[in-house]
Amino acid sequence: MTGTWIELVVNIMVILLLLIGAFITLSATIGIIRFPDIYTRLHAATKASTLGVTSILIAAFLYLYVKEDIVSGKLLIGIIFIMVTAPVSAHMIGRAAHNSGIKPLTKNRTDAYEEAMRKHQ
Amino acid sequence: MADAIAFTDRLLNYTIIISSILIGISLVLLLYRIFKGPTNPDRAVGLDTIGINLMALTGIIAIYLSTPYLNDVALLVGILGFLGTLATAKYVEKGVIIDRDMD
Repeated sequence: MTGTWIELVVNIMVILLLLIGAFITLSATIGIIRFPDIYTRLHAATKASTLGVTSILIAAFLYLYVKEDIVSGKLLIGIIFIMVTAPVSAHMIGRAAHNSGIKPLTKNRTDAYEEAMRKHQ
Repeated sequence: MADAIAFTDRLLNYTIIISSILIGISLVLLLYRIFKGPTNPDRAVGLDTIGINLMALTGIIAIYLSTPYLNDVALLVGILGFLGTLATAKYVEKGVIIDRDMD
């Protein structure tokens, strides 16, 4: 499969996916640095990192499939694993932070979770 | 056609270098957040994101070396990062990771 137009198209797709993934990962990190609060930092970390690493792993899968004739199921399992476990870990960290007494930044809004827990008791 | 393929191959090499540099900058900034972070959940978020960025770096190195042997490494780094994040979150919340009270 060398020398055909498929190789050209896949090269361009791999280049675009790598650039998009690296840029989105860097912007997730800038979000973690710049946001003022643990909960907004979780918002930046989970969504953007998942999209960036998914793009880069799809690029690796395409490259290995066209250049080396390898269908790597482990990379697909890794993509599905990231998409399943990133919300779970973000939920665990957010609940741990709220239960250990860290107040969210309540400017112009209220802490709805704390009010619901107080009403529930 | 061969000229275009050779051109995109060279462009792919430069792209791999640029992506590795961007993810390296991201790792250094996350280390700043881990050292600075006001509370312990901030450090947990930084460590979780470092695990995900290591998966991305492993994928880029797998493209650079064009080898399938690094796919295991990517999957394993993801699993270990998830388990470490869960253990850190439970430690921050309750102080114990494995509670033996079954009532």
